[in-house]
Amino acid sequence: MANPDKSKPRVGFFVTCVVDAMRPNIGFASLKVLEQAGCEVEVPRAQTCCGQAAFNSGDDASTREIAKQVITAFEPYDYVVVPSGSCASMIRSHYGELFAGDAEWEARQRAVSEKTWEVLSFLSDIMNYRPEGVYYDGVATYHDSCSGLRDLGVYEQPRAMLSAVEGLRLTPLTGNDECCGFGGTFCVKYPDISNAIVTDKAEKIAATGADTLLGGDMGCLMNMAGKLSRQGSEVKAYHTIEVLAGMAEGPAICKGEEMG
Amino acid sequence: MKQTSQHFTQNVKAALADPTLKIALNRTTGLLQRRRAQVIEEFAEYGAARAAAEKIKDHTLDNLGHYLEQFEANAAAAGATVHWARTPKEATDIVADICKAEGARTATRVKSMLGEEIGIPEALARAGVERIETDLAEHIIQLAEDPPSHIVMPAMHKTHEQVADLFREKHKVPSNSDEIAALVESARRELRPKFLDADVGISGANFLIADTGSIVTVTNEGNAELTVTPPKTHIVTVGIEKIVPSMEHCAVFLRLLSRAAIGAEITQYTTFYNGPKRTGDADGPENMHIVLVDNHRTEMLSDFLRPMLRCIRCGACMNHCPVYAAVGGHAYGAVYPGPMGSVLTPAMAGLKNSKDLPNACTLNGRCKEVCPVNIPLTDMLRSLRARQFDGKLVTPVTRSALVVWGWLVRRPGLYHLSTALAVLAMRIWSMNRGRIRRFPMAGGWTGSRDLPQPGRGTFMQQYGRRKQK
Repeated sequence: MANPDKSKPRVGFFVTCVVDAMRPNIGFASLKVLEQAGCEVEVPRAQTCCGQAAFNSGDDASTREIAKQVITAFEPYDYVVVPSGSCASMIRSHYGELFAGDAEWEARQRAVSEKTWEVLSFLSDIMNYRPEGVYYDGVATYHDSCSGLRDLGVYEQPRAMLSAVEGLRLTPLTGNDECCGFGGTFCVKYPDISNAIVTDKAEKIAATGADTLLGGDMGCLMNMAGKLSRQGSEVKAYHTIEVLAGMAEGPAICKGEEMG
Repeated sequence: MKQTSQHFTQNVKAALADPTLKIALNRTTGLLQRRRAQVIEEFAEYGAARAAAEKIKDHTLDNLGHYLEQFEANAAAAGATVHWARTPKEATDIVADICKAEGARTATRVKSMLGEEIGIPEALARAGVERIETDLAEHIIQLAEDPPSHIVMPAMHKTHEQVADLFREKHKVPSNSDEIAALVESARRELRPKFLDADVGISGANFLIADTGSIVTVTNEGNAELTVTPPKTHIVTVGIEKIVPSMEHCAVFLRLLSRAAIGAEITQYTTFYNGPKRTGDADGPENMHIVLVDNHRTEMLSDFLRPMLRCIRCGACMNHCPVYAAVGGHAYGAVYPGPMGSVLTPAMAGLKNSKDLPNACTLNGRCKEVCPVNIPLTDMLRSLRARQFDGKLVTPVTRSALVVWGWLVRRPGLYHLSTALAVLAMRIWSMNRGRIRRFPMAGGWTGSRDLPQPGRGTFMQQYGRRKQK
């Protein structure tokens, strides 16, 4: 048998600024499942943010510098895995727009962009992962976050993996592919419009009768869970990876009590 | 119409406070989305047609001068007079001069967004020509004195209940019933005599066909044909990007346009006009004038906004936009609302007067997904934000926040320390309730939703602790 460490893909895990600050559990759940799936996972200390907020605010010069930092930190790995469709898409789909005409950085960027994956699609498409012996008691509905869905084609993968979770039933959400109104800095720049959109989304979530809301992006989940919480809803919101890791026993997003 | 895009925030407040607007928008956008999805699914060649359409438009834009000159020569050979206008003023002066020369007192008009863009209604008013809008929705908003709120359905902001009240007030012989069919009848009674008495008929064009010199109109009500056939003079005002090389190329767009716009395989009326009435023709106008309008389009050709010139004005982007669905078309304060408008308005009216438009977008990408000519709307909106940032059009507060953030994230050690402190502060603030209802400087978020309570330290802190064990 070959040295197991050498045969395992080396994954550089990019936790993202939102998960780092607001929901570390998503990060640890990712590490657990990635390791179960057979990856050797490392978390480079030199990581902070992917630069999406600066990019979407039109600050291309800062974004370029941030991107260089991410590229440098993650060059050594076989894969870069990110528990967010929008941050993964920032690295994979948008970094290319930053280095046009700079041959050296263009090449380095392309190499990192091409090996960057959103965690759910990576587990399913690359690692052929299916959970075994994972249990979640509930009826869940699924929101497809826009960047993951449209830029990266994340749709079937989470559903396929969740279908192997015992005790969990998925029920469809009307408008599952419609924006929740988060939009990064949009939600604080235009809070009234964002609120109108997320209010619609919360109504549609309530109409499913599900007790759980799942998705793949903490930004969107925080927006929807924050609205549901403000409305006094009982619906629990988790990132899909928390369920797949069997780490959705703790409080859901915006839910209190025995915080771990 | 009066541009109010500089007051976007106030417009949004007014729109969100209007419960009837929400009903009107929900009824129509929901229906349009479902219908479009169905006809696209039934259209097996949709992907190929969309790719072909994109290619045809790009080719035509690459050779725009050639095709426009070819169009001019062929239209002239068919007996039409072709005019060139660089600005809205040049275009409307041409229209007003034609009306004056014809001694026109009344003009019927077919809905045309280009006409709104260059200000035909205002120009006719200045020239003392009575304007009769013949499209049903345009008739409604003319009576209500509203600007259009959608490029295909300009009265989308009104419910049929509101239209019933309006017709009762304004029509000579209103219907007793509020049924939609009765409302249509009432409008027909009102408009029919005016069609036949008009001195001039003014239309836009959905397409210009270079190798025949024809113009094409696509409608559902037949009002285009009835507007431009009886009067002595037909005036067409049209943007230069509407050109396609040939009839065959035009057919590709005809298959896409009504599917994308209203979820129908084809509209009721698609008419090709080739010059004025010829000897032996039973009817038709004696004079046909075609005004080709630039209004910043040639500037867009040499800019990152170039793909926007592929637009065929179907409105699918706004029908699938969550922001449009929340606030409606008037909030944008410009002729073109929704995603396509947020790209076009800065190009036509200047970025300074429309600062909010590129920013009031969640970049969710559904507009691009449903666009029949694959216009990268979100990419262009983002690039317009970069242009604002570079042009110092962002507020000092936003700029400083971005600069500080950009500086901090490039110093990982300091960044991790700062986030750890911020997380600790939030955790103390939340008093272990799981959620935060109010937080200093986070009113944009907490005004309408809770913030989650963060965990015991950031991920990076907790990970570091675990590694040390």
